[in-house]
Parts: sequence; structure tokens; C-alpha cells
Amino acid sequence: MTLVEDGPTTVLGTRLLRREDPALLTGEAKFTNDLVVPGALHMVVVRSPYAHAAIAGIDLDSALAAPGVVAAFTGADLAHLWAAPMPCAWPVTTDMKNPAHYPLATGKACYVGDGVAVVLATSEVAARDAAELVDVRYEPQAAVVDLEDALSDRIVIHPDLGTNKSYQWDLKIEGTPGQVDQAFADAAYKVSERYVQQRLIPIAMEPRAVCAVPQPFGGDLTLYSTTQVPHILKVMTAVTLGMPEHQLRVIAPAVGGGFGSKLNVYAEELLCVALALKLGRPVRWNETRSENAVATTHGRGQIQHIELAADADGKLTAVRVRLLADMGAYLQLVAPGVPLLGAFLYAGVYDLPLAYDFSCTSVFTTLTPTDAYRGAGRPEATYAIERAIDALADTMGIDPMELRQRNFIRKEQFPYTAMTGLVYDSGDHEAAAAKAAELADYAGVRRRQAGQNVPGATKLLGIGQASYFEMCGLAPSRVLASLNYSAGGWEAATVRVLPTNKIQVVTGTAPHGQGHETSWSMIVADKLGVSPADVDVLHSDTAIAPLGLDTYGSRSLPVGGVAIAMACDKVIDKARKIAAHQLEADEADLEFVGGTFSVKGSPDKAMPLAAIAFEAFTAHNLPDGLEPNLEAHTTYDPPNFSWPFGTHICTVEVDTETGQVEVLQYVAVDDCGVRVNPLIVEGQVHGGVIQGLAQALFEEAVHDGDGNLKNGSLIEYLVPAASEVPSLTLGHTVTPSPTNQLGVKGIGEAGTIGAAPAVINAVVDALSHLGVRDMPMPASPNTVWAAIQSAIGPASQGASK
Amino acid sequence: MVKICVTVNGTVHESEVEPRTLLVHYIREVLGLTGTNIGCDTSSCGACSIHLDGESVKSCTLLAVQADGRTITTIEGLAQGGEMHPMQQAFMQNHGLQCGYCTPGMVMAATSLLKENPSPTEQEVRTGLEGNLCRCTGYHNIVKSVLACAAGD
Repeated sequence: MTLVEDGPTTVLGTRLLRREDPALLTGEAKFTNDLVVPGALHMVVVRSPYAHAAIAGIDLDSALAAPGVVAAFTGADLAHLWAAPMPCAWPVTTDMKNPAHYPLATGKACYVGDGVAVVLATSEVAARDAAELVDVRYEPQAAVVDLEDALSDRIVIHPDLGTNKSYQWDLKIEGTPGQVDQAFADAAYKVSERYVQQRLIPIAMEPRAVCAVPQPFGGDLTLYSTTQVPHILKVMTAVTLGMPEHQLRVIAPAVGGGFGSKLNVYAEELLCVALALKLGRPVRWNETRSENAVATTHGRGQIQHIELAADADGKLTAVRVRLLADMGAYLQLVAPGVPLLGAFLYAGVYDLPLAYDFSCTSVFTTLTPTDAYRGAGRPEATYAIERAIDALADTMGIDPMELRQRNFIRKEQFPYTAMTGLVYDSGDHEAAAAKAAELADYAGVRRRQAGQNVPGATKLLGIGQASYFEMCGLAPSRVLASLNYSAGGWEAATVRVLPTNKIQVVTGTAPHGQGHETSWSMIVADKLGVSPADVDVLHSDTAIAPLGLDTYGSRSLPVGGVAIAMACDKVIDKARKIAAHQLEADEADLEFVGGTFSVKGSPDKAMPLAAIAFEAFTAHNLPDGLEPNLEAHTTYDPPNFSWPFGTHICTVEVDTETGQVEVLQYVAVDDCGVRVNPLIVEGQVHGGVIQGLAQALFEEAVHDGDGNLKNGSLIEYLVPAASEVPSLTLGHTVTPSPTNQLGVKGIGEAGTIGAAPAVINAVVDALSHLGVRDMPMPASPNTVWAAIQSAIGPASQGASK
Repeated sequence: MVKICVTVNGTVHESEVEPRTLLVHYIREVLGLTGTNIGCDTSSCGACSIHLDGESVKSCTLLAVQADGRTITTIEGLAQGGEMHPMQQAFMQNHGLQCGYCTPGMVMAATSLLKENPSPTEQEVRTGLEGNLCRCTGYHNIVKSVLACAAGD
């Protein structure tokens, strides 16, 4: 008797090491500012030091006379080069106010960092020196920094609009008219909370860089940029400059992180292209970190009012949300849509009747424009509902985990049509929460807490939970259309079997740290029965991968990865025709296993893909009418969003004497459906959690009343170091997505979505017996200490001495 | 211009530099060794960490002229004979990098850390790397990589 051999193995689900790593680990990888471009001019942007100022005059003479300087321009000098204003692809309402703005400001500057002139020189040093000599006469005006002040229109930033209000977007859903008001009138319990989503600076470790290289003979141009969105950038650059799109090639070389901050069409990209065409020479620009802090988009920046109504059991009966969102000085590529990405999620993971009332008002300020930042709208929404649930539990005097369990959408309710009409395709919140509670020893921490948080104690224990649903994988194009998004949500893929049975995959995704080359090769290896090492993945160059919608919103795997699997299916279909022809068998009698077609029941009658690939190449003996070569292209428009979910639990100890918060343990249980490569999935969660934790405890872009960024360098802006954050405990559940053949969901933003509310819930939990009901972010020692003092009051302080 | 003589990755370079040239700019722009990255302008991020006479330094904190007569190793000089350094291998094995921009500096700092303290605790690794920022990994797998390298895994 022979032992049974291992069954069919698949590379899917294995912890395959990343093929991207050797080049990055040895310094071989080329980022945009590593490129050697002979003859390039270096551009430096002269930026406004005022948040709001009329530009009375610009004198370039001294700069032009400086050594190495080739040219210098003001906004007015270049005005004729723009065919259209800077693009905003998400006009969320028909009456949305969108101030026309151009790569260089003319007339007035509207934020510190707004570009007003450029200097081009033969070296970066010469350009920087000369930029110092540009003499701009500003007439400063009052800044608009506060969102509620902005809404008052006390000072109107863009006078031609007549208001600082960009738009109001409403989503009111009621089963019967007045149901929301009635639910609040009838509620046994209500909470009304105000939360501030502070402005954050994304800080991808690679600052932005651009290099535009005109090609000789014919007017073509190659734009290298540190972008997440080479395809979108190509279209928008062509539109904005009025240049033929087919003469523009965009390449994103190695890109050092993005987190949404490289999901934009930036002034410097358009300037480099326009000036390279104008001067007939390559033009490049490297951003400094301090420049990055003001010239690259910020994230978050919302004031949230959330009200919950609940019955006597704590079952939610209505949710009402009023949002005030900071757009900054001008609208960026997708900025108006960011609050909308959260608009559907303010009921979180809970079963809510048709009683939902959401309204968002967005305003302009004289600050750096905002746009997507990891999670974009969804971390904000999740924070509000998960903090408010804790507040409701506090009001009811029950454990917040118990309250969540009473409200979870149950496993058997999936697919679940939410009150918003969106269909949550799958989920099991109870399982994720139970697993997280077990890993965090929730009951044990509660017991320890009872012993530790006693009168007079100065080290207080707190535990906080956040359960989330993420709407990602943007998205069905028709749904995006209903939200007035100007683009679709499809993704393109080509799978090409070369004559020697090596595979080329062309993807429209644009990785910048996510390991797509590795994961996509695994999908193809699994489908076609080859080794991942035999699969090459091409991306991020619009001449090689002309179609795509790029990487953001946790869309790459559930849209782009699925597109690749579908293209593989088409390859297999064609290969089956060739195999049937050569084997003189019926197509229906062929099975494809492990890279070989064989006739069912006659395993000797077989033909491997390698042989088919060569037959397809020689085309000597193909079925009549079948085209030579073995490749297939797919453009996949998903039928639904992707709905990853999970529960995070954070345990902290708060020092009441210093206000210091120490994270004792952080547990994340995430469910992203089938995990293609758990190593990469875990890495995404790790990074996401620490970014969310950083919002909770460390980070905030702080402006003074004049609109100056007070912490615009990495000395003052607290991106946490290794010494300031904990190791993480991860768990997972697997609830496959029923809407795609791989069963996958996005995972890029989940960590960030779960972390901030879990951490703040823990901090508030530690202090709640002192009367602390909320904690502004970031919960710095100062803030925590002040909140404690405010809660216990001067009388108590005296009494405790 | 000032004449300097620096040994970089085993090769002696004689160059003329402006006195104000930072070492990192010399390494990147004069020597063309672009594996050493620039992530900030305040000596905060550590992306430009190299070894100067065997010790990790941020190459933006020195002028090129201060390297005169000294020996430098950059990330390009770490692998030997086509084999990645054990620290580079540990980062790969433990998924200690994502976008890879902080990675050369992180690896140089980590190798220097283990030279000073061959068997660090997790906390010692975290403290030892506090001058190097990463935005992708949350440090979890970086710490794991360094501990694995120290353990010879």
C-alpha cells in the first residue's frame, strides 16, 4: 500500500517572501529622485509664507541673475500654459463651489506653502539659492483657520464664490417620514457627542519628486513621479495642459509610501511637464520634508456631531450625524468625496432600522488642502460611531462590549441590506469580537482593572474596543456615478503566456509598498499551475500598462487582483481550445489541473500549458479561426464594494500624574476574506494600526491663528518611532467575499480604521470613574492630564492632598 | 572647493567638494550611490544612515569634508560576494520592509546596533532604532527582523 501523496498544493495562502525586497534592501531600487537624467533643470517652487495674502508684485531679476539660473516664472507668466484649472474629480453636488486654481497662484496666496513662482537652474543647490532671491511683495490678510469660523463667512477666502462653504451633502433615510425625530423623542437612552478629527500630515517616508523628460523627435514626454495614480495622473495632466494624451507617458518608479498623499494631481507635476515642454529640456523637482509638510495634502480635518438613540435594551433606533469638513484652501482631486466615503458607515457594524440622518458641510480654510489619508472618511466614521457606542454604554451603565453584542448585525443576516441601500456581502462580527476578546483576555483585564483602579491609584488600567466595517475596493462604477465621482472603479489586467511558458502579467494597480508583484504572481501561479517565479508582473508605466485606475482605497486586490484571476480564466479557455484540437478531444472532456490539460478518465492523454504556449506561438496547428498567441485581457468592474471587518482591542495604562498613556497590549482581529499572502496581510495591519494609534496618541498638524503650521518638520510632528509603539497581537477570521472568485477583500486601511477608536476608548475607559467622558486626539500627556484635572475639579484636587 | 579622500565600500574616492556639501549629497550625487535615501531635512528620520568608520551615523549630519580620510559603508556595500548581509536577509525573511524607502537606513542602523549589543532585548532594539522612522511597517516586523538576526535565525 502506498501512502497518499500530498494533495494538490497551492501557493495561495502561503507566506511567500516578497520578490520586491532584494532591490529595496540593497539600494538597487530606483526612486524618482534617484534617476540620473542628463541635462535636467532643477525646479524650486517659491512658496507663500502667509496663509492669506494678496500678491502685490514679484521681482525675479535677482534670481535670474544668480549663478546657474536658466529661467524663473511667476504664476502670471505661465497662465497661458494651462488649458484647465487644477482638477477635482469629485464634484459631489451640482452646486459645489470649486474655486479655479492653477499650479502657481496669481493674485493671492491662500495657504502657507501656496506656490507663487518657480526658479529653474542647472543644479538643485543653485535653484534653491536663487529662490531665496525672489522678492515677493505680499499684502497679508486675516487667516481662516477654524472650521466654524470659516462657516460663518466672517472672512470669505474666495470672494468670487461669495462663501467659504463648498457644499452640503445630505443622506436622510427614514422608513416613515419623521422616523429619526420620533426615534429620538421615544429613546430610552440618547447620547450627543462632538468629536474632532484633527488634521494629520501623511508623511510618506519618501517626499514627493517629479521629473519630466521630453523625448526627442515627435513631442512626446515622459513624466516620472512619486505617485500612487500614474494612470489618473496621465489623463488629468493631458486635460489640464491640453496636450495629446497619447504623447504622454507616466512612470511611477519605486514609490516610497503614499497613504493617500500621492493620490492627487499636484502643481509640481504639471509645472515640470509644462516647463519641460516650454524649455525643451528635462525638468525635475525634489520636495524637502519641510516643504512636504505644507505642500502635500493633509488628511482628516473634521468636526463630527453624532447622536445615537436607543431603546431600553440599548438597541440602536436612530443615528444622526452632522459633519463639518475642512477642504483647505482649494479642492484637490478627490477631497470633496472623502467625507462621503464615510457617510454610509456611521451606523458601523450595527443593525439599524431605517432611521439615519447624515449631513456633511465642507468649508474652505486658508490652510494646506486636505485629501485622502489612509482610510479616507472611513476611519472618521468608525471613530465617531465606536466612540459614541462607548458613550452610550457609559450612559446605560453597561459594558461596551455587551452593548456592541446586542447591536451587531448577526452572521445569519448576511448578505445584509443596510438602511443606506448598500449590501454588506458577508460578515461575522460576533466571531471577530469573541476572538479579539479572547486574545486580549478581556475578562481578565476587567478583573485586574477592578483591583487596580481604586481611589488614590495613579496608574489606571483601561481597555477599549472598536469593531468596524470597511467599505473599500472602490468600486462599482455605477455606484461611483451615483456619488458624482468622475471616474469608474474598474481595473484592468493582461495575462500573457510567453512561448517558453513564462508569464507576463500587466496590471493597472500601482503599488508603493504593498507587494503586488509578489501577490499577483501567486494568483497567476495558482490559476495556471506555474511557479510564482515564472510570473513577471509589470505595472506603473502607462506605456507598458496603458489601462488602469491605480492603487488607493484598499482596491488593488479585490479589484485588480480579481481582474488578473479573470484574465487567467480567459487564457485557460483559449488554451483549452488548443489542447482539445491537438489531443483530438472534446473541450468539455478536458480538465486543467496543475498546469496540464488532460482528458478525463485518460490521464495519459495530456498536454501541459508549456506545450500549448509554444503551439500558440508557432501557430502551426491551431483550430480554425483561432488567433495565434496565448494572452487575454480583462477589465473588471466589481459588482459591489469590498467589506472587510474586524474588532480591535487596546489595553492601556494611564499615569494620572503625568498624563502618559502606555499601550500594554494591542489586539487586532481582522477579516479580509481569503488571505492571498498572510505575511503581506499582517504587514498591512501592523502599519495601519500604528498609523491609527499615532492619530490617537501623537499626531496633529497644529496651526496658529495666522495659519502658520507650527510643527512642520519631523522634529515637531510626532511620527512615532519604534520606541514609542508596542508590538501587536494579530488574529484573523476568514469570511470569504461571495462577490469575487478569489473570496478576497481589501486590507490596506483596516488597521488605521480600527486603531484610533480602540485606543481612545481604552484611555477614556481608564479614566471614566474619575468623570472623564471624552479625550481629544491626540491624547498627549498634556491633554490627558488636563482632562483629568478638568474632570476631578479643583475641589477634588484640594481634597486629595 | 575642497579636496577630500574617502574610502567608500572599499573604493578610494578623491573628490573636490563645496565646503557646504552634506555627506549624504556627496554620496548620492557625486558617487552616485542612491541607495542612501533622504527623508527629511532635520536629521530626524534616519533614512540616510550609513556606517562611518564602522559606526552608524546619519549622513545628513555631517559635511562631506568631515569624511576626509575616513571609511564609509553604504547600503550598496553591505552585501558581500552576491550574498545579502544577514541583516538584509532577516528583513526579507520577516517582512521587515514595505515601500523600502527607510530600509537602507534602517538596515545600517540595525547592523550597527547589533555590533554594540549582539543580544538585545525587544525594548533595546526599539530604543536603539528610535532615530530611524518607518511609516509602513509599524516597526513590528523590523523589530522581529533585528531580533531574528541577533539570534542567528
